[in-house]
Amino acid sequence: MASAREMKLRIKSVKNIAQVTRALETVSASKVRKAVNAVTATRSYATKAWQVLKHVAEQPGRDSLHPLLAQRKEIKNTLVVVITGDRGLAGAYNSNVIRYASQRFDKNPVPVKYIAVGRKGRDLLVRRRKDVIGDFSNLPAAPTFFDVSAIGRLAVDAYKNGEVDEVYLLYTDFINMARQVTSVKKLLPLELTDEGRVHDFEQAKPTGPSAAYDYEPDQSIILDEIIPRFTALQVYQAILESQASEHAARMVAMHAATDNAKDLAGAYQLAYNKVRQQGITNDILDIVGGAEALSAK
Amino acid sequence: MTIRCEIVSQDRTVFAGDVDIVVLPGAGGEMGILPKHAPVLTTLKYGVIKIRKGGKEELFTVAGGVAEVQPDIVTILADAAENINEIDVSRAEDARKRAEEILSKGIPADTDVYLAMEAALRKSNLRLDAVNRYRKGGTRVPTSEN
Repeated sequence: MASAREMKLRIKSVKNIAQVTRALETVSASKVRKAVNAVTATRSYATKAWQVLKHVAEQPGRDSLHPLLAQRKEIKNTLVVVITGDRGLAGAYNSNVIRYASQRFDKNPVPVKYIAVGRKGRDLLVRRRKDVIGDFSNLPAAPTFFDVSAIGRLAVDAYKNGEVDEVYLLYTDFINMARQVTSVKKLLPLELTDEGRVHDFEQAKPTGPSAAYDYEPDQSIILDEIIPRFTALQVYQAILESQASEHAARMVAMHAATDNAKDLAGAYQLAYNKVRQQGITNDILDIVGGAEALSAK
Repeated sequence: MTIRCEIVSQDRTVFAGDVDIVVLPGAGGEMGILPKHAPVLTTLKYGVIKIRKGGKEELFTVAGGVAEVQPDIVTILADAAENINEIDVSRAEDARKRAEEILSKGIPADTDVYLAMEAALRKSNLRLDAVNRYRKGGTRVPTSEN
């Protein structure tokens, strides 16, 4: 058994760790509140924008409407936008995303390129020798649409100039504080059925084949304006969802870490008390033994 | 017979309800939308959206955006939208002054700054115009003194 002195140091360090994790938990709790506000505020706009995009895609002859709507016959390259956090200590949050990515895309029949959003995801992808063509790290805590529109633009441009033929968005959907779900969404060309979609766009009720739109001012002008923009908006919404998820995951992980540290400190304290008591008992035995030896004389 | 109307801006739902008619500032001019309108997709100009429901009229400023019209629903995706009764006149006044001040010092070298300032100026002008023209009772009359 370790000496009492060593154990005292151990207890102290475990308690320090508990303090740090508790602080991190508190910080995440306030961050998650802000992030959830941000994500719910933009959700209705993003949902409506997605509906409009879908209606446009349901138009007869969508392939000729706009280059971003056209489905290509031959898929030669796939692009995946992977959204993770910049920091660790968030439980399985980051590794879940990357694990999902390799489950979903490692056996992809065509080469896959990645755009990494978040430092952790970039590092993990690079370590696995993936083809990372873009890296967006250190996003601000509450990004505005303009902060992240470059990400959507990069994806749209890569699609437009034929570098890739389909674009997926991989992110973590925020359901509630205890549940975040890694999800994938096909961004380009627009997919009418969603895969791995849990809650946010369910309000889009199925409308039959709608009549052709009248466009004002002009079909190509309006589609040119809204399609890239709404696509970038989906990226923005995914980033907000992911950030809320990250903070929630970190909060839960740090809560568990604080609990564990407390348990550990308790166990060490018990062991320390035993060692200390043992020492006292031994001392008393020594004294008693000594006294008896004296009186026996 | 009513038509559903939903106005959402990037950060919130501004209006949602069943209405009799929606008049919106489309790219090609004012458009009045009644129930069973043919599907239309249009961009919006800076202007005022009017919604009438059972004789009552509600007004919203809109700073550009997109409107999608389906026979039973009008979806307005506004870059920014506000109920006229919610406009804070003194704030709009301040924003206008600030933008004017910066623009009067000459065109900022940074194009983004310039565009942002110009947009801010247009938005506050739109708000103030709308309030002057439409708001009744004069709860907060714009005065240049404060």
